[in-house]
Amino acid sequence: MLVIEDLQVMMGDKELLKHIDLEIRPGETHILFGPNGSGKTSLIMTIMGYPQYRVTAGKIYFKGEDITSLPIDERARLGIGMSYQRPPSIKGLKTRHLVDICAGDGVDTDALAERINMNNFLDRDINVGFSGGEIKRSELLQLMAQKPDLLLFDEPESGVDLENIALIGTTINELLERDHTPTRDKTVKEIKKARSRMGLVITHTGFILDYVTADRGEVLYDGVLACKSNPIEIFKQIKTVGYEECVRCGFAT
Amino acid sequence: MRIRDLDEKARSARQKAAAYGPDIDLDSYTVESPSHEVIDDLDRLSDSDKERMLLAGIESDTGERSGSYIQKDGVPVYTASLQEGLEVIPIREALEKFDWLADYYWKLIDVDTDKYTARARLDLHNGYLIRALPGARITFPAQACMYLEKDGFSQNVHNIIIAEEGSELHVITGCATAAHVSGGIHVGISEFYVKKNAKLSFTMIHHWAEDVLVRPRSAGIVEEGGLFLNNYICMKPVKSLQTYPRTSLVGRGAVARFYSLLVGSPGGELDVGGGIDLKAEETRAEIISRAISNGGNILARGDLVGEVPGARGHLECRGLILNHGMIHAIPELVGKVDGVEMSHEAAVGKIAQEEIFYLMSRGLTEEEATATIVRGFLSVDIPDLPAPLQKEIDRAVDLSREDML
Repeated sequence: MLVIEDLQVMMGDKELLKHIDLEIRPGETHILFGPNGSGKTSLIMTIMGYPQYRVTAGKIYFKGEDITSLPIDERARLGIGMSYQRPPSIKGLKTRHLVDICAGDGVDTDALAERINMNNFLDRDINVGFSGGEIKRSELLQLMAQKPDLLLFDEPESGVDLENIALIGTTINELLERDHTPTRDKTVKEIKKARSRMGLVITHTGFILDYVTADRGEVLYDGVLACKSNPIEIFKQIKTVGYEECVRCGFAT
Repeated sequence: MRIRDLDEKARSARQKAAAYGPDIDLDSYTVESPSHEVIDDLDRLSDSDKERMLLAGIESDTGERSGSYIQKDGVPVYTASLQEGLEVIPIREALEKFDWLADYYWKLIDVDTDKYTARARLDLHNGYLIRALPGARITFPAQACMYLEKDGFSQNVHNIIIAEEGSELHVITGCATAAHVSGGIHVGISEFYVKKNAKLSFTMIHHWAEDVLVRPRSAGIVEEGGLFLNNYICMKPVKSLQTYPRTSLVGRGAVARFYSLLVGSPGGELDVGGGIDLKAEETRAEIISRAISNGGNILARGDLVGEVPGARGHLECRGLILNHGMIHAIPELVGKVDGVEMSHEAAVGKIAQEEIFYLMSRGLTEEEATATIVRGFLSVDIPDLPAPLQKEIDRAVDLSREDML
């Protein structure tokens, strides 16, 4: 379980996140909405442990442990993983090598890559000259190898062409164990109950909602988290009345 | 007569400082070589020698080598050519044996270039001729090792490497010092001849000691359709190294590619250049260097000169400052006519923090992430290089990583 209590975050002298409370239970996936610059990326970078996001108050707990001041790698080892919107490219580091690093121990990298159509990229330097969609697929491939318990997605559909959006959407759905199709020995109920992966997905366009089922939605506006509700409902509202309504609701004060 | 002229010229340059690099007082290094036993099997080298040589890519088990030349201080202790079409001969012996070699000896480098060429001329110990006969495909690499065993010794060698018409030759040369040696100087002349449609790769791995001074003087010439691949790897501490190999592409379609991987350690001065003159149509040249300063000073020079239309060249200098030190990249391009196409990119910086964080978010510690990025920085894909040589380069790079972090 991820528990965030009264989190306040600054970068330099700018206040990015104000009194954030958030709880993601095992098996739950949340969608995070919000206009540009509202603090969505800041929130997941803070959960991941990026030190430039300075926590000035509040706590982050993961699996019962206070991780507020843990370095990034220790959080990763505890089971937090992230799909970046714009990851850096690293010359000389082959995608294959990075996938092996993510897996920690033996993994059939080629078979994994096949599933996300990344075979042709395994022997290329990570992210060097990758298109928007290739970057997103590479990020997912790394998470497939890393198998974190909490997955943070920063706009996984941005820059992805229509042809690949379904592949990315269904892969995220799989990563988050959202597939409910009953099998011979398991009912839908049992499958849902066995689900333990947690997800927090930032979306700007909402396209991802066509593929990923989610339990809750939240809107982040000017560093304040509110409007916790059904994600589809929130998205519909935003489409019709925009984020202006968030201001009117009065939580952005 | 000619010999006397050359000696005279050399004598006039005995005190002549080199154009680059700190000046060295050669008189404080002796040219008197101790005697060393000649061996008929590399297995008879001491374990410690074997280990030191292996670090520079020299295998005592010669199963994957087509020939060997091992010189200790001033003495060739082992020479062998194991494949038909390959000649490996100590240079002094070769000069006596082959009259034609006079046309290759001191032809690409002037004896009076500086005090180091003068010393190699006047106080020559030995060196090697490695030659692939016309049409010979020497598939396994030939290996050569220049080994310093005597402290304070000035090792002066002259090497000639010839890939005759239509041949293929791969040479790995490792320079190393015995474990107890702290100081000495290595002066090495190397002349490379790549004939028509021949292919030569020359991979040099240096594994010196902290107080060793190194002054190689190299030049090459590549004829029509020839390929010359020159790799230089110096990852271990050395006090001062200055070299500026120069190659001329004189025949249509000739290609030269220089790759260097350098690590500058505290107190070390590395001044490593590379120059290629594109003198014929459709010639191609590439100079790629990766330099890491781990507290030392590195000058990475590169120079491409395009003299005919259609000549194409690219120069790439990338430097990474890890723990202080200095990197000075000096890429130069000269186009002498219309229609040359030459480019360069140079970058000096530190490891980007976002790259470290990215890898940490995949579970690596900060140290592991840094090491992984450094390894990536030093991994250069060298086309046309046989796998065993790439393996030696990778090994040298991996060994150096521990020193750096």
